[in-house]
Amino acid sequence: MAYDKFTLLRSTAVPLPIENVDTDQIIPARFLKATKREGFGDNLFRDWRYNGDNTPKADFVLNNPIYKGKILVGGHNFGSGSSREHAAWAIYDYGFRCVVSSFFADIFKGNSLNIGILPVQVSPEFLDQIFQAIEADPDAEFEVNLEKQKITIVSTGESESFDINGYKKHNMMNGFDDIDYLQAMKVEIKQFEAERIY
Amino acid sequence: MSNQANTLFDKVWDAHVVRKIEDGPDVFFIDRHFIHEVTSPVAFLGLESRKIGVMYPERTFATADHNTPTINQHLPVADPLSANQLKALETNSLKYGISHWGLGHARNGIVHVVGPENGITLPGMTIVCGDSHTSTHGAFGAIAFGIGTSEVEMVLSSQCIMQPKPKKMRVNVVGELGKGVTPKDVTLYIISKLTTAGATGYFVEYAGDVFEQMSMEGRMTVCNMSIEMGARGGMIAPDETTFAYINGRDQAPKGEKWDTALAYWKTLKTDEGAVFDKEYTFDAADIEPMITYGTNPGMGQGISRNIPTSEQVEGGKSTYDKSLAYMGFHENESMLGKQIDYVFIGSCTNGRIEDFRAFASIVKGRKKADNVTAWVVPGSHIVEAQIREEGILDILTEAGFELRQPGCSACLAMNDDKIPAGKYAVSTSNRNFEGRQGPGARTLLASPLVAAAAAVTGVVTDPRDLL
Repeated sequence: MAYDKFTLLRSTAVPLPIENVDTDQIIPARFLKATKREGFGDNLFRDWRYNGDNTPKADFVLNNPIYKGKILVGGHNFGSGSSREHAAWAIYDYGFRCVVSSFFADIFKGNSLNIGILPVQVSPEFLDQIFQAIEADPDAEFEVNLEKQKITIVSTGESESFDINGYKKHNMMNGFDDIDYLQAMKVEIKQFEAERIY
Repeated sequence: MSNQANTLFDKVWDAHVVRKIEDGPDVFFIDRHFIHEVTSPVAFLGLESRKIGVMYPERTFATADHNTPTINQHLPVADPLSANQLKALETNSLKYGISHWGLGHARNGIVHVVGPENGITLPGMTIVCGDSHTSTHGAFGAIAFGIGTSEVEMVLSSQCIMQPKPKKMRVNVVGELGKGVTPKDVTLYIISKLTTAGATGYFVEYAGDVFEQMSMEGRMTVCNMSIEMGARGGMIAPDETTFAYINGRDQAPKGEKWDTALAYWKTLKTDEGAVFDKEYTFDAADIEPMITYGTNPGMGQGISRNIPTSEQVEGGKSTYDKSLAYMGFHENESMLGKQIDYVFIGSCTNGRIEDFRAFASIVKGRKKADNVTAWVVPGSHIVEAQIREEGILDILTEAGFELRQPGCSACLAMNDDKIPAGKYAVSTSNRNFEGRQGPGARTLLASPLVAAAAAVTGVVTDPRDLL
């Protein structure tokens, strides 16, 4: 599915300083029943965000209007657990384009890159600085520059570089996905397949 | 390459690379693709919107499991959303010529139970599915891992995905396991040592006496849980135990094809001197029956131990406190004797015949505790039939347990099998995340023996006292 190109993002951020945020928290299994990719953002962090009677939980960050923006900042080991791409869809559909953490689970990271969310892995120290900047000023802005692979706390000018492989970077910057690439390789794949023993 | 000492993982991975992209992932060929009703519909929609088809439908297998009821499977599925997903799987499979074992089919069951028991899963294969517990199939010396829906679409349309090659880890468990210590305890022990993110970025090979002596079903339990320490997958070198398990299964190679396959499979092991990026060795004697006390699978310990303090565990205090508060537990408490409300035996982790045999070994001659609601859910119809044939159903019935029909059930509680808020469930499944088994549900992960001991006593009990 096509997604918007990602080049430079300057935005405020929403802090979620919890470790091991698993994909069952990002979107519980009972909300995976759709056959279309629509509306998953409504159930993002459903059980942290809403009470059993569907009233918002006042103490959850997404229900606090002072925090907003296109960047979600999570604690260590963000996105562990299930392979459900719905978790990445929910984050994207809610309006986030970038998730920052000191560590990401593999499948979540791959899913995010595949649908146009940029996972930015920073050092634990820089993550703390980001949380502190948001705590000091919820309107603090951050700049994520994909071309330069750099994230900056605008108010302090502190920045850190992040890793992404060249292929995925090119895709993100142009809104390309892997299926286009693979479709162009079909002859090569056919030859490979013919040699398989299974 | 031939003179170089290679790992099992390298041998299988390198044999499946169609193209290496500079500063990018490998284009990685997939031998077997499993699909189910939850993570495939959007992938099929993607094919339609791009106007592309399924390249090799014979390499994909569909089974319904995540969303299926575990009672009255002959009736129409009541939840319209679930029914819609099941219908989509059926329609899409039919449209593209994919073999489909839907609800009611004699070979239906949980995808990671069905693949191996029908001989679809074989050594040296690459296997993916839109489900993180696809790592189960690594028990056969396959590279098997979970993928997202975008990747499901890639496999359907090109039989390939784009994957950077993970780093390599070996986990050795040496010595002999004690009484009442099962493969589930081995994996919960390893995860408790490595933590829930300890193997992220790695593919694991399990080695050592304990795995060499383990049955295929035990190996599947261990490989299944690899993802719970962050590893994309785990694998065990195929050996005589593997070959004996596969031989004669429905879709396994036969005759001359068997001989050719066997010769290849025998080459699938890590060469002497091959190097891993990380290696751990544990002593089997240190492992006792395990139970989890927190909200990720790394938060487990020997059943006789007290809950650790936040100073004794890795990670931040606030996250730890939040976890214990969710569970309604406190630091330094004993796990033994804690009252429980539900027991769930089943899932792709522990839903095979050996698991029900183990469960029955403790239940036999005893009665289900009055305070416990138990859900006994076979992993497949074939397992269900075995339970009946072996007389296990009689033991269960005598003890006050009912057998349900196959499916993922309370492992992820997508169907009606939900643990109510605040209730405690001893569960043989794989995840104790907040709300995993239903909103507010509190999960204690354990082996079938620990689950059985809890089911008959109504409290967390050391199964060794009942064996």
